[in-house]
Amino acid sequence: MKRRQFLKGMGLAGLGATLPFSLVEISFAMGTKPAEHESFTFAYISDSHLTHLGGTRFTRNFDQGLRKAVMEVNLMDPKPDFVVYGGDLAQLGKREELDHGLELLSALRPPIKWVIGEHDFYLDMGRYWEDKISPLHYSFDHKGVHFVVLNSILTYEDWIARWPTAEERMANMARLDNPHGSPFLVGEAQLRWLAEDLAKYDANVPVVVLSHSPLYKIFKPWNFWTDDAEQVQKLLQRFHRVTVLHGHVHQVLYNQIGNITFYAMMATAWPWPYPVSYVQKPNQVPKLTVFMNRADPFHERDGTGWDILDLDSGTITNHYQLWMNENRTVAFDFKLKHPVDLKYQDPDKRIPPQFHY
Amino acid sequence: MKRISVWLLLAALAVPAPGDEFTEEDLKRWKAEYMKVMERGEKLFHSPLGSNNVSCDQCHPNGANTHPETYPKFQKQLGKVATLREMINWCLQNPLEGKPLALDSDEMIALEAYIHWERRGVPLAPGKH
Repeated sequence: MKRRQFLKGMGLAGLGATLPFSLVEISFAMGTKPAEHESFTFAYISDSHLTHLGGTRFTRNFDQGLRKAVMEVNLMDPKPDFVVYGGDLAQLGKREELDHGLELLSALRPPIKWVIGEHDFYLDMGRYWEDKISPLHYSFDHKGVHFVVLNSILTYEDWIARWPTAEERMANMARLDNPHGSPFLVGEAQLRWLAEDLAKYDANVPVVVLSHSPLYKIFKPWNFWTDDAEQVQKLLQRFHRVTVLHGHVHQVLYNQIGNITFYAMMATAWPWPYPVSYVQKPNQVPKLTVFMNRADPFHERDGTGWDILDLDSGTITNHYQLWMNENRTVAFDFKLKHPVDLKYQDPDKRIPPQFHY
Repeated sequence: MKRISVWLLLAALAVPAPGDEFTEEDLKRWKAEYMKVMERGEKLFHSPLGSNNVSCDQCHPNGANTHPETYPKFQKQLGKVATLREMINWCLQNPLEGKPLALDSDEMIALEAYIHWERRGVPLAPGKH
């Protein structure tokens, strides 16, 4: 019996390796510009929200999501150059949760570039993350592309100081629809660092910024929002090909502001609704986005997944890996100067599950 | 004849009909009673009600994507027309890995009151998907 189960598992794994991952070699540089650098791919896993229940017990559902993403990234062919972990590895910033996440992610073969999320940060203000995992902001170059990692989930000092305990601070930041929440900030110090970092680069160098929160403003009541986003955008606008990849919103979402292309990455834990589904407050959800299908709660992994990104001509093609849905590909269109969904961008092509209300 | 009808009408209006009458004070009290239950529902909605520390708001911030205005409706996964309360119980048992509530329990009514409050103003759309 055990042997049979093992063989069945192997069979599934073998099948997976031949299925979606060969797609990543296809690039969609629609338009003209040839690649000025070596093409490469990387994977993006985000928002696992591992939840500690006591002892060695964790919420099963969320563990399953991260395990599945790790297994699938390891099957990618060609192999990704690296994996970005986009933040919110933990639910309440506990060491047990971060350690558990490190254990699950240790099965990944490619190296990891880390981005911190608010659920990792507000228990100890990022101390454990910084000690054991990664700096909170940094930059690196890879095959002619400049990558910048920002800690975009800082907030105002008076909000941080108002909570009597670290646990209360964490719990209040963790609740998305908290009326006593506080908007995210990149902050003066990091903005200065970013200006200095970018000053070394020519405007033709492709730039990819990795942040947890969207570096634009979508919906303040749920903190789909970075308060000083415009200041970050101002520093990025001079680059001809610049992309921001962010987690946090747990959904297919993309936008174009001036020169900057924005993509949200999928969560492995659960999907969030689009703010258009909450009718009591106005929202600024980008009109450009073709929404993901409304999730079916009877399929535990519906509305979750991860992303494969390939760089060609310095722009990103984003292959949304959607576990209970058809995968979606969104790529930059040089003629329209914004990202488009390769199948559903035309309103006539859209299907009923993409309608949210 | 006309004159008599007018008098009868005036007489009817003048006679109090206590069962049908309510005051501004009543309206305030009834709203306050509702809001008390709604606020209890809000607390429950943001608490781990099952066994795995997961709360309703994690998938449904402000009750979004619960669509109370569309119930009862056919749930293909249940194979029948179901009520919002049955779906609340489905969520308690599955994503929250907990026990269902009695359909007429105070907690169930409080959850329903919160979910409806967050969706106030949206026209009824029974059966809609």
